[in-house]
Amino acid sequence: MSSREKILSAIKTNQPDYQKLDVQFKFETVYDDLFNKFSEILSFVGGKAIEVKNFDEIKADIQSHYSGVTRIATTIAEFSDLADFSLNIADPHDLETLNLAIIEGDFAVAENGAIWVSEKHIPHRVLPMITQYLVIVVKKSEIVTNMHRAYERVKVDDTGFGTFISGPSKTADIEQSLVIGAHGARGLTVYVLG
Amino acid sequence: MNNIKIDHSAAATEFNKDEARVNWHDETLWFVRSKRDKAVFQIPEWEQLREAGSQIKNHVLSNLHDYLTEFEKKATENGITVHWAADGKEHNEIIYSIIKNEGVNRMVKSKSMLTEECHLNEFLKEKGVEVIDSDLGERIVQMREEPPSHIVLPAIHLKKSDVGDTFHEHLGTEKGATDPQYLTEAARQHLRDTFLTRKVALTGVNFAIAETGGFVVCTNEGNADMGAHLADVHIAAMGFEKIIPKAEHLGVFLRLLARSATGQPITTFSSHFHKPRAGQKMHIVIVDNGRTTQLGRADFRNSLKCIRCAACFNTCPVYRRSGGHSYHTAIAGPIGSILAPNLDMAKNADLPFASTLCGSCSNVCPVKIDIHDQLYKWRQVLVKDGHVSSVKSIGIKSMASVLNSPKFYRTAGKLGRFLMKTAPFMVNNNMNVWYNQREMPEVPKESFRDWYLRKRN
Repeated sequence: MSSREKILSAIKTNQPDYQKLDVQFKFETVYDDLFNKFSEILSFVGGKAIEVKNFDEIKADIQSHYSGVTRIATTIAEFSDLADFSLNIADPHDLETLNLAIIEGDFAVAENGAIWVSEKHIPHRVLPMITQYLVIVVKKSEIVTNMHRAYERVKVDDTGFGTFISGPSKTADIEQSLVIGAHGARGLTVYVLG
Repeated sequence: MNNIKIDHSAAATEFNKDEARVNWHDETLWFVRSKRDKAVFQIPEWEQLREAGSQIKNHVLSNLHDYLTEFEKKATENGITVHWAADGKEHNEIIYSIIKNEGVNRMVKSKSMLTEECHLNEFLKEKGVEVIDSDLGERIVQMREEPPSHIVLPAIHLKKSDVGDTFHEHLGTEKGATDPQYLTEAARQHLRDTFLTRKVALTGVNFAIAETGGFVVCTNEGNADMGAHLADVHIAAMGFEKIIPKAEHLGVFLRLLARSATGQPITTFSSHFHKPRAGQKMHIVIVDNGRTTQLGRADFRNSLKCIRCAACFNTCPVYRRSGGHSYHTAIAGPIGSILAPNLDMAKNADLPFASTLCGSCSNVCPVKIDIHDQLYKWRQVLVKDGHVSSVKSIGIKSMASVLNSPKFYRTAGKLGRFLMKTAPFMVNNNMNVWYNQREMPEVPKESFRDWYLRKRN
């Protein structure tokens, strides 16, 4: 008998009697202002949310914040003139030297400052992690309250990969001291387009 | 790895020799517990969320067979190769054969407690395969050739000066450097090179979704993503209890996990893998290693609901003051103490006794595992099966006979008070473990019973 059959048959024998699942597992969260909550939590986890009216505002802000920075890539057509690094590459290892990635997020979650980023918008899975700094643009109308609403909003297997990103990469593994920029991006700015 | 039998209380005694360090360890973990409370108090429906987490897991355990086969079918359709391993040895061999197939001898690995449980690193080392752990805490303890002392905070037993010394030796950082920012940056550079050069990456699995055949990996550092997305082959190793029915149930578990673990609202990255990227190969190894036995033990099967948040570690007065290594098992703390006897009763018979049974673990558990009840029940099984020392079992038996006879109990009490008053050296000596580090109480003039009888009359 293969291990598969051995395990499955032992499970069948040993699992308890069938227990129905009828517990409430979705809950309502009410916030006065979704953007304010999202912004508050994002700064708590080390990121920064900026409310903007249009792409020009974002562009101006990026130009002033990252002036002199080279090796910038973007997936957003409106910012193509900011980019000097093409994402049209075959091997994701070539992203190694990337300084700034400007990408689109599907939607944001107010309760935890997370943004859903999937292969729908990024040509390389490693892009939001391998870049030194990350900028995500998300529409203000696309902020949901909590994770229950988030999973109603996304079909997780629509793409081969998707991730909730909440703040820049971090670690507290050395004496519980928080350090931003463990392996992934050292900074995260989220432009919320109103 | 742990062939020598080390007793928890002996190891804890060793750990307690450095009092300042123990106090620091205690306070650091209590700080994490306090952060958990702060996060939890912001969610009014927290108790309902715990109940939901608990019920979903109960339901899963009762339907594991069907969920696992559903998961296997969907994952295979997604282009993932599914393997089954009956024990740690088979798990290790499957992973080794995948690595060998790629013709490489190096692998990068993000945190996976399952691979610790199966001693994968040691196995691969013997086969000539180099494994680099990419979680910062795990990398630190790996360099020091120590096991992790905590499942979420692997290097929590170390001070920054210890890390500085280790990095000076292995990464060439400045001697005496202790700045966490500087040390983390050194590890970042070292591990970035690792991520860029390894063709095989292994990750753990936090949740596997039966409905969609995908799995979720949670990290703060982004190390699982860096490894997996840059490698030609991604291997994900999971204990079979990681399965959940549907993606919508992740709403419950991702709300519970990080808040319980570190007080964060969610981990920085909660990555959902469903298909290998173009040109990549993806494998899932589903492991039993004693889990089917645990599933068959009605009193203990609930331990399989665990989502590995370590809230029970941080709150445990014994863990905080004895350190993770005193548990001599891959998963320490209260949950480890109810999991380990299932794997090996003789070797882990001391662990269910490493608890005050205060119940704090059960109160913080996000999926409501009755941890302290199980610790108590394991003690009974272990004594019955002859796995505890005769000193302990004779002690328990004589205590039982004293407590069973009111007359005997009163005489013993009188004798005790008499001895403590007239011959204190009989109790105030090193033979009495209760006398260590504390003074014996002042002897009362009369027992409560005598006082009560006198007052009633």
